[in-house]
Amino acid sequence: MSTKITIEPVTRVEGHGKVTIHLDDNNQVERARLHIVEFRGFERFIQGRPFWEVPVTIQRLCGICPVSHHLAAAKAMDRIVGVDVLTPVAEKMRRLMHYGQIFQSHSLHFFHLCSPDLLFGFDADVAIRNVIGVAQKHPELAVQGVMMRKYGQEIIKATAGKKIHGTGAIPGGINKNLSIEERDALLKDIDQQIEWAQGAVKLAQDYTVSHLDEALAFANFPSHHLSLVREDGAMDLYHGNLRAIDAAGETVFDQVDYANYTNYIAEEVRDYSYMKFPYIKSIGPEDGWYRVGPLARVNACNFIDTPLAEASRQAFMAVTEGKPNNLSLAYHWARMIEVLHAVEKIQLLLHDPDLQGTDLLLKGDRREEAVGLIEAPRGTLFHHYKVNEGGQVTMCNLIVSTTNNNEPMNRAVESVAKTYLSGQTITEGLLNHVEVAIRAYDPCLSCATHALGRMPLEVQVLDREGSVLDRRATR
Amino acid sequence: MSGKITLIIDGQEIEAEIGQTILDAADAAGVYIPRLCAMKGLSPHGSCRVCTVHVNGRPQAACTQPVAPGMSIENETPELKAHRVSVIDMLFVEGNHYCMFCEKSGNCELQAVAYRLGILAPQHDYMFPCRGVDASHPEVFIDGNRCILCGRCVRASQELDNKNVFQFVGRGIHKRLTFNAPNNLSQTDLAGIDKAVDSCPVGAILRKGTAFSVPIGQRLYDNEPIGSEIESGRRTNDRQV
Ligand code: SF4
Ligand code: FES
Repeated sequence: MSTKITIEPVTRVEGHGKVTIHLDDNNQVERARLHIVEFRGFERFIQGRPFWEVPVTIQRLCGICPVSHHLAAAKAMDRIVGVDVLTPVAEKMRRLMHYGQIFQSHSLHFFHLCSPDLLFGFDADVAIRNVIGVAQKHPELAVQGVMMRKYGQEIIKATAGKKIHGTGAIPGGINKNLSIEERDALLKDIDQQIEWAQGAVKLAQDYTVSHLDEALAFANFPSHHLSLVREDGAMDLYHGNLRAIDAAGETVFDQVDYANYTNYIAEEVRDYSYMKFPYIKSIGPEDGWYRVGPLARVNACNFIDTPLAEASRQAFMAVTEGKPNNLSLAYHWARMIEVLHAVEKIQLLLHDPDLQGTDLLLKGDRREEAVGLIEAPRGTLFHHYKVNEGGQVTMCNLIVSTTNNNEPMNRAVESVAKTYLSGQTITEGLLNHVEVAIRAYDPCLSCATHALGRMPLEVQVLDREGSVLDRRATR
Repeated sequence: MSGKITLIIDGQEIEAEIGQTILDAADAAGVYIPRLCAMKGLSPHGSCRVCTVHVNGRPQAACTQPVAPGMSIENETPELKAHRVSVIDMLFVEGNHYCMFCEKSGNCELQAVAYRLGILAPQHDYMFPCRGVDASHPEVFIDGNRCILCGRCVRASQELDNKNVFQFVGRGIHKRLTFNAPNNLSQTDLAGIDKAVDSCPVGAILRKGTAFSVPIGQRLYDNEPIGSEIESGRRTNDRQV
């Protein structure tokens, strides 16, 4: 290796990323690495704190998908208080909260961050390729994005008390039901939301199908896929058992109780990254890495239990003749299938009288250790705790979605670098494509979700001695 | 000596009974004077100084000062407000008060008084104390980092529970809440139903198993500021838990 190219953010914000591209002596890309500074302080910080505080505390870990952390922690704490099955109202209120979160998070990502790339092309001028460009050229889409996000947030408020950092889920249940007024306010707009979600799926599908050649040449690589699935194999974003399949769709393991995840999943530490690299134990660290998130979930499930999303899933799977889809760019389509699934689930729940039930909370015999898993918008989220007799947390281990996707994102960046880097000169095209590849995975980096859809990046070409040969930064 | 007298608060004439404190008289007349260490049903303590008013021009603690004929009292003046803001501010920075995930949030008197006084950010530097927690009791959890040393639990245990669970040790900045037991709270005779547990104005004494059970929007101070109940005459400063 003689040359290292560094792409790093100009603005050092929380959860920033940095890309290094390593060249061999012939100026060919040897490998690429995505470095994410992950804030792991929470795992220490909550030690000694009472377990019942954790679902509220831990969501401060992230301003982007706090509900996922809230619910994953609450699921673990249910088991700590000895509750394995919640009351119907508690389980359904939490599901409603979760589908609201999926809906708003995916909508934000698609309309504000990803649609500029799809509508204007990856190489379009950044002055146009942003959410303001979308608002000018396709005002109806920009409005939909805002309204869908808002709808999801209203659901979160009705279930958690606040649009962000609420308190709804408590160990053993929920602290409120859905009032008739709250239900009716949400039902008023549901048909419109379903229509918009269908439009979004169509947009993503049409784009993917019409750009299939481009997608096949862009960060396309085989991987395992990991997801929770229901006992009958259906997609289930809130609860289920673990399933892992390989790139061809063969089962690696299935219906694994996630309480035993440590028997199946391990995390590798590598000296160049603060973020760990999870892998399937039986395969090993070299090849056992896997994708999570929308693509993995659509690939891993047998079916989706809501009709519109299931029809979309079938169209999706038809592209790869029923085999898993391994295209990074297919994440967008899969994400919109989940948006449709989420809003169909929301509609069903809003019509379910269980949500007006009053039996909110259960109690059982205290346990000392528990695991809570959920399919967060960005993928499988693991929360693992030990709690002492007095109720203090003594151990916490989190594997967040972005960590699960760590290796795939590295591979995606490497694949793009191999395709788009020539010589030692950094082109605008390389920058754009690295950005688009990372964004497909919707990692929870503040820089990746920059308000105008542009990651603050700087590219440097370094020679063997470390002096800068070339430099290019995003504006 | 008993009987009715009149006094003036902020230019308004109110009736009071001989033997009442200024705070009690103001409460009865629907005038809210901010307070923290005072609690209905407990003897006054006069330690937090949040209730300071000017009586004929001189600062006095309204919770300990008995009414007297001819008193002219100032309560809502810019000077007194500034004094109260400063006292509340110091209470915040002396402890670890993370309202965003404290289970007392929305029901906390310190937070509620701060909101009422319009405090958005502290003026002093945080001290980030490390006073520890006590999780030993099966029904009660104590987070010493949130204690504002109001002494309400000390008095409630003695005066309402007929026990003597809590006490203070140390002086000045080293003053701490402690328990009458060699090691931890579980060795005291504190019971989960004791009034002392409910007396804490902040999130320092907590009943286990109740955290976040009241949804946002229905908590004590979610919909109107602390003191509104006194101003509308609905109830006095009974602690409702
Ligand atoms: S524990 Fe609560 S009631 Fe007791 S002195 Fe501290 S703040 Fe006051
Ligand atoms: S309330 Fe009067 S001194 Fe504390």
